[in-house]
Amino acid sequence: MAEEVASATAVEIARMVAGGSISAREVALTFLDRIEKVNSSTNAFLHVNQDWSLSCADLIDQKIARGENPGPLAGVPIAIKDALCIEGAPTTCGSRILEDYRPPYTATVVRRVLEAGAVPIGKTNMDEFAMGSSNESSGFRKCFNPWDLSRAPGGSSGGSAVAVAAGMAPVALGSDTGGSIRQPAAFCGVTGMKPTWGRVSRYGLGAFASSLDQVGPLSRTVEDSALLLSVIAGHDERDSTSLPDPVDDYRSALGSIKGLRVGVPAEYFGEGLDGEVAAAVRAAIATLEEMGASLVEVSLPHLPYAVAAYCIVSMAESSSNLARYDGVHYGARKGGTRGIDELYAGTRAQLLGREVKRRIMLGTFVLSSGYYDAYYLKGLKARRLIRRDFEEAFEKVDVIAGPTTPTAAFRIGEKINDPLAMYLSDIFTISAPLAGIPAISVPCGFTSERLPVGFQIMGRLLDEKTVLSAAAAFQGATDFHEAACPL
Amino acid sequence: MPVEDYDIVIGLESHARLLTETKMFCGCLTRFGAEPNSQTCPVCIGMPGVLPVTNRKAVMLGLRAALAFRCEIPARMRFDRKNYYYPDIPKNYQVSQNYSPVGAGGFVEIEADGVRKRIGLDNIHLEEDAGRLMHPEGSGADYSTVDLNRAGTPLLEIVTRPDMSSLTEVEAYMETLRRTLEALEISDCRMEEGSLRFEASISLKPLGSTTLGKRVEIKNLNSTRAVLNCLEYEIRRQAAALDAGEPLTQETRLYNETTGRSERMRSKEEAHDYRYFPEPDLGPIVVLDEWLDRIRSEMPELPNLRKWRFQEAYSLPAYDAGVLTQKRSIADYFEETIAAAEAMGAEAADLAKQVSNWLMGPILREVNERRVDIAGLNIPPAHLAELVGLIQKGTISKNIAQDLVPIMIETGDPPETIASRRGMIQISDAYAVEKLVSDVLEAHGKQVAEYKDGKKAVLGFLMGQVMRQAKGKANPQVVREILTRTLQS
Ligand SMILES: [Zn+2]
Repeated sequence: MAEEVASATAVEIARMVAGGSISAREVALTFLDRIEKVNSSTNAFLHVNQDWSLSCADLIDQKIARGENPGPLAGVPIAIKDALCIEGAPTTCGSRILEDYRPPYTATVVRRVLEAGAVPIGKTNMDEFAMGSSNESSGFRKCFNPWDLSRAPGGSSGGSAVAVAAGMAPVALGSDTGGSIRQPAAFCGVTGMKPTWGRVSRYGLGAFASSLDQVGPLSRTVEDSALLLSVIAGHDERDSTSLPDPVDDYRSALGSIKGLRVGVPAEYFGEGLDGEVAAAVRAAIATLEEMGASLVEVSLPHLPYAVAAYCIVSMAESSSNLARYDGVHYGARKGGTRGIDELYAGTRAQLLGREVKRRIMLGTFVLSSGYYDAYYLKGLKARRLIRRDFEEAFEKVDVIAGPTTPTAAFRIGEKINDPLAMYLSDIFTISAPLAGIPAISVPCGFTSERLPVGFQIMGRLLDEKTVLSAAAAFQGATDFHEAACPL
Repeated sequence: MPVEDYDIVIGLESHARLLTETKMFCGCLTRFGAEPNSQTCPVCIGMPGVLPVTNRKAVMLGLRAALAFRCEIPARMRFDRKNYYYPDIPKNYQVSQNYSPVGAGGFVEIEADGVRKRIGLDNIHLEEDAGRLMHPEGSGADYSTVDLNRAGTPLLEIVTRPDMSSLTEVEAYMETLRRTLEALEISDCRMEEGSLRFEASISLKPLGSTTLGKRVEIKNLNSTRAVLNCLEYEIRRQAAALDAGEPLTQETRLYNETTGRSERMRSKEEAHDYRYFPEPDLGPIVVLDEWLDRIRSEMPELPNLRKWRFQEAYSLPAYDAGVLTQKRSIADYFEETIAAAEAMGAEAADLAKQVSNWLMGPILREVNERRVDIAGLNIPPAHLAELVGLIQKGTISKNIAQDLVPIMIETGDPPETIASRRGMIQISDAYAVEKLVSDVLEAHGKQVAEYKDGKKAVLGFLMGQVMRQAKGKANPQVVREILTRTLQS
């Protein structure tokens, strides 16, 4: 039974646990055992608290014993990105400045998965404050890709993607600002979805860039992501930007894609796209066509401005969002006693990483008097144009498909000293958050070096249902998502 | 040159704490004087991952102020972040309004030295308050503490144009602003609790000069007294510097209440760049017409407008109108009394002044002594109207009326009921008085003869005799009239 569980999907585990064929405790032990075995070689988890995980599992078992409904995620172990607050548990956002910080409250999404019966199995590694595309910017330790330990797992939700890819958890929560769920999902050969901005509450997610951040699921199958999304989505009175629209039961809404109009943007297949990635993605698009979808050429002409717009908007917001980490009210404190300025400077200089400081400085610059119009307002304007590109495209098509990343997983150390190259690796994922639309990445093949390739499908605002249906249909016709990593 | 040879240009920024139960962006209470940091939560401490949720009542109070001051109200308003580092703002940014404040333009109409003047407003905007830093007493302490109870409390900042040119105008502006905010229940304006705080900007230039003076901003003004003292000091300081040919600089100064002086805080070059940008954690607020209609329909008359109306409509002296409109409840009481008196058929001639005298005198004295609101005094307006009517009709004397007030408060009964029950009604009936008069004249033939001989002074004695006979309850005016007529016949 334990072996069966180790490769089971969340849907299957919940069914088994609720049906009494295995206890939540046994499930948790199976995955904790796997973490014990492979976490040291991947560093996917920053914090694992076996006792707490098992006591959560016991609560589910007791519920079942009492004949109560254990919820749709009954006994499903879930890995949680360390940017999400859990009362009393370590929540570092990948930063040493929050090394010993314990939040006094729990994020809404975490509360919702726990109420749905999920068992928290650990908190995952990430780039510091979600700033990075390789997990090399973690304030604690690098995380490694289980398909090739010399390669980056992607970021910033690298730990969550690795946890799922290496079988340490069937599902995980991540957050996506410019591709932080989809890019690591692509690099690690798993499914990852960024919902519409506002579809999922951000309350309790350590903020990087408020107008772009969105919590979303990672899993092996689209069906599991659909299940998890149904649990976490919906209005939250503590997040006034969360949308009031009713939430679909995404899993039961997964349907046929006959007649689906799939937009293929020429701009996503231009210079800089790796040949093997292009081939795998074109094959994936052909698969959709074979299943009854029609292909339509669309244009997203403002794609060349996406990286610049993204950098300006995200860095501006982050320079303000991260100002609170100053060593005064909570968190770690370093530096002088000769006045408050020295305390600020000492704490932030010593405890924030290079990438974080770089973005804070750039963000501070673009908001400064005299530069606000030239940079920040221009960035917002480019963002509006990109959003309009999508609106126009979605008049003709139902979804837009293309590669998630220009290349498969790059080597650790390859881009960390070239910030621009690193930012450009997000070129295909940053448009969706700029436009606020939902987007998913699913595995669609391998390079000759046996590295996974990601296939991205984007949809209209709040049309998660169609995006998930297209992705699920693709997985129904292919088996790339079933391939096991060598670890 | 003496100070009179300079044009004085003053603008004020006022921070009024809004009358809400809870904070601007979280559910914490805003009660004053609670145990330090007992009214805080992850949101107002600025913990990782928290998000603001706008206090609806604060927005409505801001809109009420915007309507009262005739500001332009944006169709969509937003909040913006004002970024700067200071330990009393936990997020190191303050959520405020810069690009689309709740009110733009508008004015506050004041009366200074009998002249009405509109002080233009630049804008009014909503924001959250900072916490309070405390520095331990005594030498050697190498730390400070912070109380975040106040952090996140809703504030309305009212920014004037530099439209004031004398301390009299500044004083009138502050008084009008305070009365207006209180009357509209936007703020309690308790300065001792920091509910109303000021910052001033002032510059001087030689009379008639068109070159603008160097603008000096002064912070830390926690009472109207501090504003006036500080500006007076600053006018003298700047005039002396200009007289001596010393250049003034554009700078920010801090007022020290103990020394009564202002001290340099930072120069123009050291000024903060607040890097305002729209708060991405809060969507825009679409201001609905129905909100504005409802606020308008609930809006009481502004106290200064009411004062001027009282002067005109009731021919009241400015002093009376000022006292009566000090509080909305008193002004309402006054107008209800007038209406009730008129309904009872009281004469209109100097009715308003009589009601005003009774209200400002015995009634408000009782209100103050008993520390109650006028509504809690147990004298409804109709009873005061009846009292004034009884005096006008001569049913009771003013002295009796004075005696009646405390009984009215105790019993809650109308004055006529009390007066007749206790036999305090005056004898005004002509027949009864004529009877008394003829009795007295019969008994004092000697004095009657003296009167007829031209010794008019004896009238006083005879009056006294009639009053004594009536045990003080005869209406003196009626007695004098009948006595004189009888003696002359
Ligand atoms: Zn609070």
